[in-house]
Formats: sequence, structure tokens, C-alpha cells
Amino acid sequence: MALLQISEPGASPDPHQRRLAVGIDLGTTNSLVAATRSGIIECLPDAEGHTLLPSVVHYGRHGAEAIGYPALARAADDPANTVISAKRFMGRGVADVAKYGALPYRFVDAPGMVSIETAAGVRSPVEVSAEILRALRLRAEETLGGGLFGAVITVPAYFDDAQRQATKDAARLAGIEVLRLLNEPTAAAIAYGLDNASQGTFAIFDLGGGTFDVSVLRLTNGVFEVLATSGDTALGGDDFDQAIAAHWRAVHGLADASGADTRRLLVAARRAKERLTDEASVEEPVLLSMGQQVVLGLTRQEFEAISAPLVQRTLGPARRALRDAGVLPASVDGVVLVGGATRMPHLQRAVAAFFGQEPLRDLDPEEVVAIGAAMQANALSGNRGGDADWLLLDVTPLSLGIETMGGLVEKVIPRNSTIPLARAQEFTTFKDGQTAMAIHVVQGERELVSDCRSLARFELRGIPPMVAGAARIQVTFQVDADGLLSVSARESTTGVTASIGVKPSYGLSDEQVAAMLREGFDHASGDRDARALAEQRVDAEHLLQALRGALQADGNLLAPAEREALEAAMQSLDQARVGKDHRAIKSAIAALNTTSEPFAARRMDRAVSRALTGRRLDEVPLK
Amino acid sequence: MAVTLTARAAGHVQRTIAKRGKGIGLRLGVKTTGCSGLAYKLEFADDAQEGDVRFESNGVQVLIDPKSLAYLDGTELDFVREGLNEGFKFHNPNEKDRCGCGESFNV
Repeated sequence: MALLQISEPGASPDPHQRRLAVGIDLGTTNSLVAATRSGIIECLPDAEGHTLLPSVVHYGRHGAEAIGYPALARAADDPANTVISAKRFMGRGVADVAKYGALPYRFVDAPGMVSIETAAGVRSPVEVSAEILRALRLRAEETLGGGLFGAVITVPAYFDDAQRQATKDAARLAGIEVLRLLNEPTAAAIAYGLDNASQGTFAIFDLGGGTFDVSVLRLTNGVFEVLATSGDTALGGDDFDQAIAAHWRAVHGLADASGADTRRLLVAARRAKERLTDEASVEEPVLLSMGQQVVLGLTRQEFEAISAPLVQRTLGPARRALRDAGVLPASVDGVVLVGGATRMPHLQRAVAAFFGQEPLRDLDPEEVVAIGAAMQANALSGNRGGDADWLLLDVTPLSLGIETMGGLVEKVIPRNSTIPLARAQEFTTFKDGQTAMAIHVVQGERELVSDCRSLARFELRGIPPMVAGAARIQVTFQVDADGLLSVSARESTTGVTASIGVKPSYGLSDEQVAAMLREGFDHASGDRDARALAEQRVDAEHLLQALRGALQADGNLLAPAEREALEAAMQSLDQARVGKDHRAIKSAIAALNTTSEPFAARRMDRAVSRALTGRRLDEVPLK
Repeated sequence: MAVTLTARAAGHVQRTIAKRGKGIGLRLGVKTTGCSGLAYKLEFADDAQEGDVRFESNGVQVLIDPKSLAYLDGTELDFVREGLNEGFKFHNPNEKDRCGCGESFNV
């Protein structure tokens, strides 16, 4: 039976009305899923008790063969087929990816988005992310005991339209209904209940495994506005591990460590880093590949000294974000720590000194984003009882506009506008007798179209010929609650309209998504056939066994010719049974059933007459 | 007349109430709905209501309105883990049958 959870007073769901909603932190390094159970929001662990799912997918010949920790374990021996940090490639082209330096993947410039050639074929970052999301969905459904109503998925505040769309596409592929995409820093702020204040300015300091983001948020009337974001895409907790490993190599003369030893050193370094959060000094035994056992020691002072430059590097972006937001450290009302690396005591001290206040760190910094997303998901799915209208508004991350003459951008929706919203602006023709207008939708803060990201192009035709400047064309931009855009244009005298749901140039077209979904269905039908085959084989086995037994017992009821026919039918079922065609087995079963019907009838007669022979009617059991 | 909690159920209730930060106990009840007629209600109790019958079981206050109690008398509430899924289960001697999903029942 379904297992029940405790509800808020008066909010017990009706049977079959439970709406299971989760928050998903789809991270670059690790991903998590959180949900509300018995009024408490927590990250859901897997069967081994891990709440983190490494965002890693390993592909083999038959598709995604491992996800999470088992996939991570394959990264060393099969790097080309083990996709790590696919999030960085979401909605990106080949040119964007080049700036990440050497990566072990075979990139393919697929239409729309860079893709990776794996043993399972070409996989786009959307498909890789979908595997991770699917694993989280299954974990949640198993844990919560039912199908998901929907999920809130977090994205970095700086994600543009293409990257957001790609994230939504991945969720769709994974069979997840996206209730809302939520900015990661906003989710962290919600987790700390900062949205309960009426207003304030908050800094979110997010040092993850491989990326660093700092965001400044302003809350006014329940709306979080991202004032500024900054960061370093190549700075994370992993760099601290590297620093420790480098220190050990220098101190212990392990300069020419082999590849395998480098990994062992990094694992030991990571353990040492984590232990130093609570301990003053640690010793890590490491068995090197030459069979040499070394004990590598590290004190907290040493660690702080060797990693001081890394800590310093986080403060530059923090300063920049505050400056861009026009906010002084002293006027920040709260600092939220996000990411496992913010557990390091000396990093916390540096953050506290920089902002002049103790950062918030009651919640697990690795779980805080997923928890905020789950709170939002719970509210959006209507599970909060009393104050069910608790809806958080979000803002557009970048300005949206159209190209005007001379390659300039006319902004229609400025960045940080609260969404959902629609905004219209009037444009006119440039030439006498102009009957069509090309509308080029762009996103970005720059003034020149060439510096912004092109989102979509479409044409409005059928404008009546008029002198330049006489036509009035109203262009409407509409952004839905997920930050996704549709644009329409209307000429007022004739009423001709044209519109486009923006397919970001790097996003997936509906056809591409449909093709991927179809591929999923193909597998589904394969799965279904395999199941049907197994079922028919079992049925065939049953029937053959029963008939063999019957022939042994009552074979003398059959004339030789009849027996031959029956045995032939059994033979053909026996042959069909080892084949792969479940329909053939089914029809052979049907044929054998028909052939054996007279035999079964005669056996029945014999059984009845045996039961009746020599007995009085009142002795015969009638039922 | 009594409704009880297993030690495991009581422990889980106490932990969740502590984390939630408020609540005087657990409110059980039934409501008439669902495919088999009745459904269980399992909620945090923030205050007692008039006519509530109170029990204490393994240190947890259980509040039940008298109408529901007729359907719940003798029930033992357990907390179980089934694979990754965990939650509360009603062992109710009054229950005659229930719908396949177990979310609603009949007496």
C-alpha cells in the first residue's frame, strides 16, 4: 500500500491527489534531488545513502551504461566515453567549447549545439543531462512512491535563453514536467527563507567542485532580482585538491608520479581537505604504483598557507559583483554559502572578513540549492495548504531586443524585468513601399547586434506599400514564467501578423526534440517486445508441459493419426519457442490449443465417467 | 479505546516535529472520500480542538476527533521503509477492504 506522510494541519491530500513535486539542482559537478516529506524538506539519498549524484554519464555500445559514481569510476580508463560536466556545453556551439581548453571528447558540430561522439553514437549535452535527470527522477519516484507531478530545476543566473531552453529540453527528454526554472542563487536564498523578509540585498557565494559564482540579489516585494553575477568558470574545490597534491609532490619528491599515482594523490588530497574542516592535522596513507607506501601529512596551517592564493581568487569576482550591483559590502543584509568547498574554515573566514559579517551556513551548502528548489516546487504544485499563493517571481537574466537599421539593438525588455511579462513596442518601415520586415530577436546587454546572442529571425509580410515611416508595426515580446520568449509582430492597418516561439539558435528545434523522443519510444517498443517474448515463452512452456503430461496419462485416447498431428503441433511450438518472434510463438500456441481441443474434451469425458462409474447419484460431489 | 504508535513511528514523529519547530502532536482522522469510501488523515497538530480525544503513545500526543475514532479504534500506526520509500502505515482492525493503492479503505 501507499505509505503516508504527515501533512500540515488541514492539508491532508485526498487519495490519488498527492502531487509529488521535487527540486532538482542540476549541477556541473554534482546533481541532487530534494522533496518535502512529512513537512520536512530534504535531499533524497540513493540506496547507498549518497545524496549527491556526480553529473557524469558513461556511454558504452548500448547507450548510457553508468550514471553517477559508477560512471565517475570510468573517467580514468575511458575518458572519451565518460561525459563529465556536460552542463558547460549546454546550448553551446563548438566555438564556445573551445575556450575550455583540452577536453578528452570527440566534439561534433551538430546543428544547433555541439555534440559529443561516444561509443553509443553522437550525444548532445541535452541528452547527457537528460540521463542525469532521469536517474534523479527514478530515485525520487522510488523514494516518494509515485509518479512525479513536476519539478523545479535550477540553472545558473547567467544562463541565457539557449541554455535555459536546453535545460528544459533535457527535462522533457527525461520525462519530467518542468514547473519552473529557477536561478540557483535565488534557490539558495529561498532555502534560507530570505524571501520572507520584505526587502533586502543578499550575496550568494557559490564555490562548487569546478566553478565559482557569486551573485548579488535584491529582494523587493517578494521579487528577487539578480543585480549582478560574477565568477570564475575554472575555480572550484578541485583546485584545492590539486594544490595539496602539488604540495605533497614537492615535499616528498614525488615529482615524476605516474598517471595512476596522480589520481591516488588527488583522492588522498580531497580526503585530507575534507578532514581538515574538523581536525587540526591529518595523515593520509597512500600506496603508490611502485608498491611504495607513503604517509602524507598536512596541518590546517599548511593547508591554509598553500591554498591562500585560491581563496584570494574568489574575492576578486566578489568585489566585481558588488561593484556591478552598486552595493557596498556593508549594505549586504545576508551572505549565503553554497557548494561543498565553502565548508573550508579559512574560506569562511575570508568571506566573513570581506563582507564584514558571518555568512549563513546552517544548511548543508551542497544541498541548499536543491532544497530551495524543492520549496518552490512544493508551493507551485499547490501542496502548501494555507498560503498556497506563495509564488516567487523571477527576472529576465539578460535584455531582449530586436535589430534595427545599422545593426543596432533596440531593447524591448530590459534585463531584470520581472517575469512573466509581455511588452510591446512600435516600429516602422525604413523605405518607401516596403512590404516586408525582417525581425531579428537578440539577447544581451551590448548595443551592437554582432555582440549579442542571436535568438531568432522571422519576417512580417503583407505590409501595405506606404511611404517610409508611415506603417505602424507593433512588436510584442512575451516571456513566460520560465524565462522563455515568444515574439509576435502586427501591422496595425491591415492586421497582418507573424510570430515565433523563440528557438534559440543553439537550442533544439521541435523536430530535434521529437526525434530524440522518438528514439526513446523506439527503445520503449523494444523493451515491450522483449517482455512479450518472455511472456509467450513462459506460456508455451506451460502448455507443452501440460500436454506432455496428458499424453503420458491418456495418450491411448488418441488415434495414431491424431496423435501424430498433435505431436507435430507441439513440435512446431517447441521450435517457435526458441525463436525471437513473440507473435510466432503466440500463433503456435493458438494452433496447438486448437489441435489439442478434441483430446482435452475426451480426457474430460473420461475423467467424468471415472468419477461417476459405480457411484450413486447422491454420492457424486456436485461442485 | 486506544490508538497507538509503534516506537519507530513515534520516533519519526518526534524528529519531524522537532525539525518543523512547532506542533503539540499528531492528528489522525478519516475523511469520506476516495475510491473505497474513507481515507486516512495524518497531520501535524498545532492545537487541540474541542471534543478531541487524546492518547499518548511512546511519548507522542495523538489527537483524534470522536467521529474518526469510531473508525480508528485499535489502530496501530507504524513507520516502515520499503526500498528507498519510507512512510507511515495504518494497521487498522476495523478496515474491511481497501482500494488497490491502499490510499482509501472501507469498514
